[in-house]
Formats: sequence, structure tokens, C-alpha cells
Amino acid sequence: MKRLISLRNTVVSVTAVILIWQLLFHFSHYDKALFPSPKMAFDALLEMTRNGQLLESIKTSLYRFAAGYLSAVAAAVLLGLILGRLPKLFQFINPAVQLLRPISPTAWMPFIVLLFGIGDIPAVVIIFIAAFFPVLLSTVAAVGNIDPIYIKVSRNYGIRQPALTWKVIFPAAFPQIASGIHLALGTAWIFLVAGEMVGAQSGLGYQIIDARNNIRADILLATILVIGIIGIFLDGLLRLIENRILAAWGGRV
Amino acid sequence: MQIEVKDACKRFKLGGKEFVALDRVTLSVERGEFICLLGPSGCGKSTLLNVLAGFEKLESGSVKIDGEEVAGPSPKRITIFQNYGLLPWRTVQKNVELGLESLGLSKEERAERAKKYIDLVGLTDFEKRHPLQLSGGQQQRVSIARGLAVDPEIIFMDEPFGALDAITRMKLQDDILNISRNEKKTVIFVTHDIEEAVFLADRIVVMMADPGRIKSIVKVPLPDQRDRTGEEFLHVRDKIFELFNLKSDSYIEYYI
Repeated sequence: MKRLISLRNTVVSVTAVILIWQLLFHFSHYDKALFPSPKMAFDALLEMTRNGQLLESIKTSLYRFAAGYLSAVAAAVLLGLILGRLPKLFQFINPAVQLLRPISPTAWMPFIVLLFGIGDIPAVVIIFIAAFFPVLLSTVAAVGNIDPIYIKVSRNYGIRQPALTWKVIFPAAFPQIASGIHLALGTAWIFLVAGEMVGAQSGLGYQIIDARNNIRADILLATILVIGIIGIFLDGLLRLIENRILAAWGGRV
Repeated sequence: MQIEVKDACKRFKLGGKEFVALDRVTLSVERGEFICLLGPSGCGKSTLLNVLAGFEKLESGSVKIDGEEVAGPSPKRITIFQNYGLLPWRTVQKNVELGLESLGLSKEERAERAKKYIDLVGLTDFEKRHPLQLSGGQQQRVSIARGLAVDPEIIFMDEPFGALDAITRMKLQDDILNISRNEKKTVIFVTHDIEEAVFLADRIVVMMADPGRIKSIVKVPLPDQRDRTGEEFLHVRDKIFELFNLKSDSYIEYYI
């Protein structure tokens, strides 16, 4: 029943967007090539699917995304687990983190392109930067928040590092770390497109720039749609994995 | 003597105000004894337990176990906490195996030993459950099984039944008494519940607050199997009540 209601809500919401789009198309005075109708965008989507261009772009983008996001998560969790246990050291590192964190990853873009040139690396680095800080900070906070009794019990039973970290600290902090990992997913996906628009010659972000250069607004809008759908899909996938793991935690929500 | 505390002193600062948690506390415990540390909050009973267990250090004085100064916690001396300290992401069995994992046992040996103690605390068939799926009393049983599994010489218990309802608490008191007698462990048990202390202890260490100190040590002359409603039990209980000045005159008259 819940599923049915959420399906109904989705249908209503998507239909409304398409309807508004169609109305805007109908009443606006823009050139059709600059402001296409939903039908034209849909046709462009079919065309891209058929000639394989879309699949190619998705593959390229997902590869970059996976490389940047997964390496950021791994590095940030590892570093966070260490820094979380060394609050005195973190006091010195935190100001630097707070300085770097509010800088939009795209601001680094020209610098990264200068260093690495055009290709996979700029997009991967942007995603890395976008995902790294939220995961790092949530991991440090999570480690600081774990119930001290876990540490007390571990000391009592003679559990020392590194077993202490992977047997006790990481699992105890995991639910909070997971929410940081989840949050970072959305941010990283947003910046993938930005990274590819500036620093790449392939992928979904580049496809948008390419469509603009060829004045193919239909392809442009179709690509935007695909980016949104993949974003939702990735979020759902991560939620699924998260729920699986949390269930193994014994029903903690 | 297994445990020897001599002139133990410890102070705390709380909100700029200093208070004395332990003021020249001296105590000896023999192997196999069941000792209750009894007193109101702030009397230093938990501090004394934490010092004995090696979680906290003294300011002056000494704590020796088997002739050696206590330097830190050890699996030979297990503490059972009021809020259990179970790892919620592990099943009951994996929780009980926690202390066995650093002993170099094979997987089968660990499982076998865990099973033995899970059975001992009456949780057969709960091995695959997670702690949060159990009641408070069951969770404390898991924590007791986990402690017994590493075969410690001393068990410290810090108000272990404080969060449980009265009926569950009495059932666990019965069980811990039996277990401590059968397994021949020394138990140091912190409580503020007078009846609990009388029911469990060989000796009751009565403590007072501000400064935290031992007022007196009462030997409980009751047999191993105790009757909560028996005359002797009530007699000992009354003696403790008197030590805390809890017996009002009208109450005494009522009994006369």
C-alpha cells in the first residue's frame, strides 16, 4: 500500500513537471531548437540510446564517479578513524579543514586542469574533493561520539590496536559514518557534471557542453534528465546497502 | 589476601568544587569472597571499584591484587557494568566470544566455550539474537556470560541490576549467587540496595559520603542459600539500616 501511494505521488509529480514544460513550450516565443518540447527531448533520448552515445557517456561518467567517490570515502573514513581517536591532533588539523571545506570544488577546477590536463583526472579529483570533507568530518564526529563503555569493555578484555579500531570503534561509529557517506554521494554526483563540463572531452557533463555547442537543446535536456535519474538510482542503491548493513547491526535504526 | 587496599585516597573536581571520593580507604578481600560495597551516591563505592578494576588511578595509597600493584584493566578481572556494555552489532554468541578472540583459540573452541556459558546463564537458543532484541535482564546475562567465558579470577560488578525491575533483579541475584559459589570467583559488587547486599554478600562494606569512606564492615552470618523473608535475614538488614540511621523511633516501636 505504501509503495502504491509513493508510486502514485511520483506519477503525479512527474506528470505535473512535463505538463508545465509543455505549456511553457506552447506559450513561449523561443526558437524550437533553443527550447524544445518534452516530446523532442524524449526523441533525442531515444536517438542517443539507439546510436550508443548515451551508454558510452554513462559508462565514462560512472567510472569516474566510482573512482573519485570510492577513493574519497576510503581515504576519509580511514583518516577520520585515526583523527577521531586523536582529538588533540585534530584540533590542529580542523582549522585547515574548515578553511578548505566551504570552497566549492569547482573553484579548484582551473588549477587541477593546469596540473593534470584534460581527461579523467580532473573529474575524478573534483568528485574526490566533494566527497572527502563531509565523510571525514562525519567520521571524526562519529568516533568522538561513541559510547565510552565500548572502549572500557575493550580495555578490560585486552583488545588492543589495530583490533580495537576494526572490531569496536568502526562498527560502533558506523551508523553515523554511513549518514556522512550517504550525504556525500549526492554532493559528489552534482560535482561530477561540473567536473566533466570543464575538464573532460567525454561523459555526461561534456555531453551537455557538446549539445550546447551544436545547438541541440533537445539532447541537452535529455542528458539533464538522465543525470537526474542516475542520481536517484545511485541514492536508492546506497540506501539499500546501508539498510542491509544496519539490519546486521541488530535492528538499530 | 587476594586484594589489599591501603590508605586509598582520591579527589575529584566538580564545577570548581573539590570533593573527596576516597578518604584513606583500607580493605582486604580473601579469594572467593563475595563483597558488597554499599552506600549512598557519592560515597566513593564506584570510584573504589574503578580503581580496583584498573580504570582509574589513586592519588595516594596502594591497591594490590595477588601482591601486585594494579596498573590497568586485565582480562583476569572482569567488570560487569550497569548498562551491560554489549556490542549491539554482534550476536549474543559473538558478544560472549569477544574476550576469547585474543586468546588464540580456534573457531570451534570459541563457539564451544561461548555455548557453555550462554547455557550457564540460561540463554540457550538465544545465541543468534542481537542484544537489542533482548530484555534488560537477558542483556545483563549475556554480559555475565561474556565475563565468565574468559575465566577471570575476580568479577567486579557496578550496580549491575540497577536498571532492572524488582522481580528480574531478584532472579538475577539468585543466579549470580549460585554462579559465584559454583565457579569459585571473588566478587566485588557495588550496590545502594541494602537488601541486595544482605542477600548476596559474605561481608558488606558500608560506605559514607563526603568524604567517601568506609564506615564499617559487616559480616553476614547467613548460609549460602538465603531466605529473603527469614528472621535472620531481616535481623542483618535491620543492623545495616541502623548504620545508616534509617530506623526512625516509630519504626522501632512498631517492631517492639
